[in-house]
Amino acid sequence: MSAVTTPAPTTLDPRPRKPTRSSEAGRAQSKVGRRALGVLAVVLAAMWVFPIYWMINSAFLPVNKLQTPEPTFFPAGGTLSNFRRVLDDPTFWAAMRISLAVVVVVLVAALLFAFLAALAVSRFRFRGRKGFILTILVVQMIPAEGLFISQYQMLDGWNLVNKVAGLSLVYTAAILPFTIWMLRGFVAGVPIELEEAGMVDGLSRTAAFFRITFPLLAPGLVAAGVYGFLQAWNEYTLALVVMTDPAQRTLPLWLQGLVESNRATDWGVVMAGSALIAIPVIVFFLFVQNKMTSGLVAGAVKG
Amino acid sequence: MAATAPALQQDDADVVFPRRRRRKLGVYGLLVPAAILMGVALGYPLVRQFVISFQEYGLRQQFGQPAEWVGLQNYTDLLTDPYVWTVIGRSIAFCLVNAAVTMLVGVAFAVLMSRIGKPSRMTLQVALLLAWGTPVLASMTVWQWLFDSQYGVINWVLSNWFGLEDMAGHSWIIEPLSFYFVATVIVVWMSVPFVAFSVYAGLLQVPEETMEAAQLDGASARQRFWNITMPMVRPVLSIVLLLQVIWDFKVFTQIYVLQRAGAPTRETNLLGTLIYSYADEFSLAGALATIMLVITLALTGFYIRKMLKEDEL
Repeated sequence: MSAVTTPAPTTLDPRPRKPTRSSEAGRAQSKVGRRALGVLAVVLAAMWVFPIYWMINSAFLPVNKLQTPEPTFFPAGGTLSNFRRVLDDPTFWAAMRISLAVVVVVLVAALLFAFLAALAVSRFRFRGRKGFILTILVVQMIPAEGLFISQYQMLDGWNLVNKVAGLSLVYTAAILPFTIWMLRGFVAGVPIELEEAGMVDGLSRTAAFFRITFPLLAPGLVAAGVYGFLQAWNEYTLALVVMTDPAQRTLPLWLQGLVESNRATDWGVVMAGSALIAIPVIVFFLFVQNKMTSGLVAGAVKG
Repeated sequence: MAATAPALQQDDADVVFPRRRRRKLGVYGLLVPAAILMGVALGYPLVRQFVISFQEYGLRQQFGQPAEWVGLQNYTDLLTDPYVWTVIGRSIAFCLVNAAVTMLVGVAFAVLMSRIGKPSRMTLQVALLLAWGTPVLASMTVWQWLFDSQYGVINWVLSNWFGLEDMAGHSWIIEPLSFYFVATVIVVWMSVPFVAFSVYAGLLQVPEETMEAAQLDGASARQRFWNITMPMVRPVLSIVLLLQVIWDFKVFTQIYVLQRAGAPTRETNLLGTLIYSYADEFSLAGALATIMLVITLALTGFYIRKMLKEDEL
């Protein structure tokens, strides 16, 4: 499943070349072309990463270096005071606790339920299977803004507004469709013959599944877990509706509050806050990225 | 190709395991937890929103007044309002432009990744992953700071490096068109990584032998790309485009946060923010959300049917 790091097929060479002419000149030309494309890729990478660089750069700069006619491009002689101000803020830690609690509940529930459902749709043919898959796809089209109000009322009726449990419930439901979609590709990717071989060797069906198929699904579960983590950690709109009490803010709500109280006064603190929320996610993300992308694609192309 | 594999496997499985009926019931058991949860937290609100859209349901009803049935009144109110049509038009345009630009850039990045050496490919991939992994709200704050009228680096670069001196102090989000330009830049920046990685992984699945055989048969690189590579990655392209259209049509956070940064709300509303602004008139919000769902289905329905028929689902 390490599709992303596999060397690219060299046969995708862009220039039209007669197959019989594998001359030195042609090879040299293609090498130069490859290098030029490589440089282009690095330039594009720099463009894409610039906003994140700018976030970190600004987070290290004091106000008098941010609010100058000339931008400061490197945080030379920077300061940690922006970070210190965020880390000394008890509301940051309160929001962090809420966010962590929500993420843990959502991940456990979503992974378990999605795994079972993915198993059903990719290992068995049954009446309503296609309907279920179609529902999963259509559910993702529902404009969430339209559901907020009835979701809010529903949670209000159960006394779950401003509660981690309430937010986790709507998050899990929102994340399930795509998680099932993703996992079903992984389950379908493990040949059932492997399990059958285990059964021929005397394992029960359940034992064969847990001893043979399950370990092979680990990358898929990791990918789905990353997806769920990102959604629950980053989501803003539902949290805005469900967590109305400032003491129950999640991190994105806290950040928006920080922006609105510091706009045009102190972008350094705002950038430090953004970085502190983003860095854990990014580190985690880079760590598992291989599994993540191949999982997304497995979900997309396999039935 | 890949889509037919499970069916075959299943037939084999049925031969090997004849205890079919017992398993059949168990299958539904596997679906129950997910189905109940989605039913409660998505299905029920959806039905309720649909019901409310035929009622008079405002603040008073929130405090216990019984809701009155008004038939299609909410729908006619909305659909006779030219402003609603303006917003619908804007949302469709925004969605199509964003999905198209994201797909073009994403596919270009994927093809680029498949043609360069490992070091530069890893550099590009890490950059894309950083953009992808950054939480939406964190990205939104950075982009606001980049586009800041007074101290934003974008205005500074435009006025000092490109000689556009009237860009100094320029406010990007006041003017609707430039507001949408900023929103598009942000949405595309965030969405390209997903498209690029998915398509790139799809490109890697094109077997090298097929390409070599075509090359030996005299197919040019262009012919090979359009006649072999493209058809083979088509399932990935279709699904990614579909998801992109769905996601871009219901864009909310980016628009909402930019509006909060000081843009004129009425001139910049898309469907998502318009529904949100009806927070006190549930029935209108419900009706507009239903209309939005119908439009989404109209935009994608043909496409989904085609995918179903070709067994790409």
